Amino acid sequence: MDILTSLILIPVLTVLALLFCKELKNIRVIAAVGMTIQLLQAIRLVFIYMAERASGNDSEMILKKSYQWFESINIQYAVGVDGISVLMILLTGIIIFTGIFTSWKMEYLTKEFFISLIVLATGVFGFFISLDLFTLFLFYELAVLPMYLLIGIWGTGKKEYAAMKLTLMLMGGSALLLVGLLGIYFNSAPDGGQLTFNILEIAKVTIPIEAQRFFFPLTFIGFGVLGALFPFHTWSPDGHASAPTAVSMLHAGVLMKLGGYGAFRVAMYLMPEAANEMAWIFIILTSTSVIYGALGAIVQTDLKYINAYSSVSHCGLVLFAVLMMNQTAFDGAILQMLSHGLMTALFFALIGMIYERTGTRDIKKMGGLMKVMPFLAVAYVIAGFASLGLPGLSGFVAEMTIFVGAFQNEDTFHRIVTIIAVSSIVVTAVYILRVVGKILLGPMIDEKHSLISDAVWHEKIPIFVLLFTIIAMGIAPLWMSDIIWESLGPIVDKLVMLTN
Amino acid sequence: MDFNQFIIMKHELLLTITVMVLLVAELTINDKKRIIPIAISLFGLHTALGFFWNESGALFGGMYQTSELIILMKNILNIGVFIVLLQSANWLRKPENFNKISEYFILLFSTLIGMNFMISSGEFLMFYLGLELATIPMAALVAYNTFNQKSAEAGVKLILSAAFSSGIMLFGISLFYGQFGSTYFQQLSMISMDTPLAILALIFFLSGLSFKISLVPFHLWTADVYEGAPVNITSYLSVISKGAAVFILTILLFTIFRTMVEVWTNIIYIIAILTMTIGNLFAIRQQNIKRFLAFSSIAQAGFILLGIIGTSSLGMATVIYFMLIYIFSNLGAFGVVSVISDYSGKENIDDYNGLYHSNPKLSLVMMLSLFSLAGIPPIAGFFGKFFLFTAAAEQGYYWLVLIAVINATISLYYYLIVVKAMFINKNDTPIAKIKSDNYARFALVICVVGIFIIGFFGSLFEYINHLSFGI
Repeated sequence: MDILTSLILIPVLTVLALLFCKELKNIRVIAAVGMTIQLLQAIRLVFIYMAERASGNDSEMILKKSYQWFESINIQYAVGVDGISVLMILLTGIIIFTGIFTSWKMEYLTKEFFISLIVLATGVFGFFISLDLFTLFLFYELAVLPMYLLIGIWGTGKKEYAAMKLTLMLMGGSALLLVGLLGIYFNSAPDGGQLTFNILEIAKVTIPIEAQRFFFPLTFIGFGVLGALFPFHTWSPDGHASAPTAVSMLHAGVLMKLGGYGAFRVAMYLMPEAANEMAWIFIILTSTSVIYGALGAIVQTDLKYINAYSSVSHCGLVLFAVLMMNQTAFDGAILQMLSHGLMTALFFALIGMIYERTGTRDIKKMGGLMKVMPFLAVAYVIAGFASLGLPGLSGFVAEMTIFVGAFQNEDTFHRIVTIIAVSSIVVTAVYILRVVGKILLGPMIDEKHSLISDAVWHEKIPIFVLLFTIIAMGIAPLWMSDIIWESLGPIVDKLVMLTN
Repeated sequence: MDFNQFIIMKHELLLTITVMVLLVAELTINDKKRIIPIAISLFGLHTALGFFWNESGALFGGMYQTSELIILMKNILNIGVFIVLLQSANWLRKPENFNKISEYFILLFSTLIGMNFMISSGEFLMFYLGLELATIPMAALVAYNTFNQKSAEAGVKLILSAAFSSGIMLFGISLFYGQFGSTYFQQLSMISMDTPLAILALIFFLSGLSFKISLVPFHLWTADVYEGAPVNITSYLSVISKGAAVFILTILLFTIFRTMVEVWTNIIYIIAILTMTIGNLFAIRQQNIKRFLAFSSIAQAGFILLGIIGTSSLGMATVIYFMLIYIFSNLGAFGVVSVISDYSGKENIDDYNGLYHSNPKLSLVMMLSLFSLAGIPPIAGFFGKFFLFTAAAEQGYYWLVLIAVINATISLYYYLIVVKAMFINKNDTPIAKIKSDNYARFALVICVVGIFIIGFFGSLFEYINHLSFGI
């Protein structure tokens, strides 16, 4: 059994075990055990990867396996990883692991909740290991649909509206994506020969430029919808705000990264000429996302909405960076995905815990919480600092790299959009500090809040794990950055060589 | 006529024998309920035998022809009918149907004989004969609940619209005959039919057949008939009847009308867009679950046309593959509807509110079937749709594919409305816990297993593709 396939099999087996499980206690334990094994596998994968690279294996993807599935259309079950996907798998492993623990107290239809959550995670893991566009698309859709049930059944507020909006917008995105992928497939052998869905095979050929001009926007927007590309981001605030805690964590933390990763690995890597031609349109859109998201966060008073808009801004930065067309910016984009994933998961976890205690997410109705729940409050402050890019935490590393990369483009257009994007940092500081000052410090607004207790063990586990990774990434980013840097080689060769 | 020729016609002959056995059984068995297991097991035997001794060849000077591909189509239809029979067992045992149990089976099998002849026809008259045999008993079945006004009305609607469409189709056929002097497919396929009159004939012919598949703008009878007919007849109409008509349409377009490919791809292109869009938009507004599934099946027919417009062996294969999946998914959904309507008499989407809390298994089956219809992975419907789109994209119809996938998203909306009713909506008086009968449960298990595993067996699609090659 190869390790990559086991990353799909473990969640599937966990789901099967859950199906035949009756008692509440066992359900939680099975889910937790399954996802712990999954996390350990993800960590093991990182070590295997580093050992492979150290031993001199310098092929683009390692641990490759492929099995024929539908021969006549040349669909294969093809898996393989490079440094980027290894790190994304690690991120997913961490977040689903912490997500299980934050949902420990889930009591309404517990079994169904964990099953849907783990099915969603299966889709994400499958997406990151796929080398075949068909399986990639399959896992992509598999990751999106459980969201409907997760938000619709276990959500809060306008959950039905939000669930439907999110599902339809994301599925609409995947509709565009489907056409884009079929277009890539039928142009994957311009000189005749076997058509293929395999990313590595397609990367070797040049898709005719007329086809690229049609299919690149479809593919990029298709993934961009999930990556909260302006103006297709509107599902995100409603969706995140209505979703239950673990789902917000998983969705903002990992699922939105599918968009960035796909836009980069599929749309830009396979269609570099069109990417270069059309980058300016999408740069304008993404810099709008960045600044719009940040400004949107300022005016919100619901904690989840604030964080959802902040995610739009941060994920916009990921897409912004991949369009900057140089290795530093790409490196920053991947770092930003990891950093934002961890940070936003921590945020949503904390918001969920605060909401459970205070019964409100409105910042006007809270105050002075630092005194009653110091542990949660300190964690919130650290997450906030990471979000506004304080040195020593993960956010700084990522954003710094992105902006250094962005400034390497010397023309006026890139300079202007970069300055606009950079200014979002200031806005971020405003909304983060405002929230911290309002709800954690200052006088206590609601007397009932003085009875609140601090975190318990199953809440501390996810917070410790996430805090540890955020700080570790902030202090020692280089090993990660190196893994990403060397994996970017083939992509950079294809994309950047064109511009020069 | 030697034994070999009997083997070639085995599907039709076996069914005829079954019908005769049932006629005798009707006379000799006093307890009519005992006919149900007899009929179902006889048909099960027939379905199983369909997979063996496959002989291709032509009979009666080419009026009747069969090939491995055609046998496969008949087998697919047989599986579907078998599931429908299992689903109707409980309904037939009701007191009001007590005296007409054997009629149900005999009429149903007669229509199936007609469809088999239709698919196997090598000539227009034979085709027409099969078509009528498939239609007229159908009207009787639709009006099966004699004392229910809606059912009777639906029967009349079906027979009138069927007669009308047959008339149009016959006119088209006669124009072909008048022009080329032959009704044999074999001979017609050799003639280059590029005259304006032939195009007119083709349009008449296609219009007639579009009635049977209920393609827009010939779909108006569908919703009323589906709503009025008993649930099991509705599922039979929407799956088996439609399937047979799609099969023969594909065969005819790919063989005898091959020379007019530019003409009919244009027609199909427009009809596909209309069918998908209108089917979807109307489905959104439905309250009655049967009408809802009726419009959803109209939209599905629009998707099937994408495979037909693929005009290659891949297109043929995707159409058959999709039909196979569609049978399992749609019958899964209809199976649940039939169980619920049998035990509680409720047929509105609102009645399904909170169903998951009282009947979790039925709700899950319903959800999986609807997701399969919507094309959500990893359920088989995803593979079916993806391949249909691939077939259309192969010919460069990217805009059509784009419209189709957007329609698929719209269709997801109304499928989710039903899912929402079952899983999310609250209800103080949900449908009580239903203990369904073994037949229905067996049928639902077949459907669920079908929609789960078909996609993962690539070799099945390869087999169909292999058979379709060269048509």
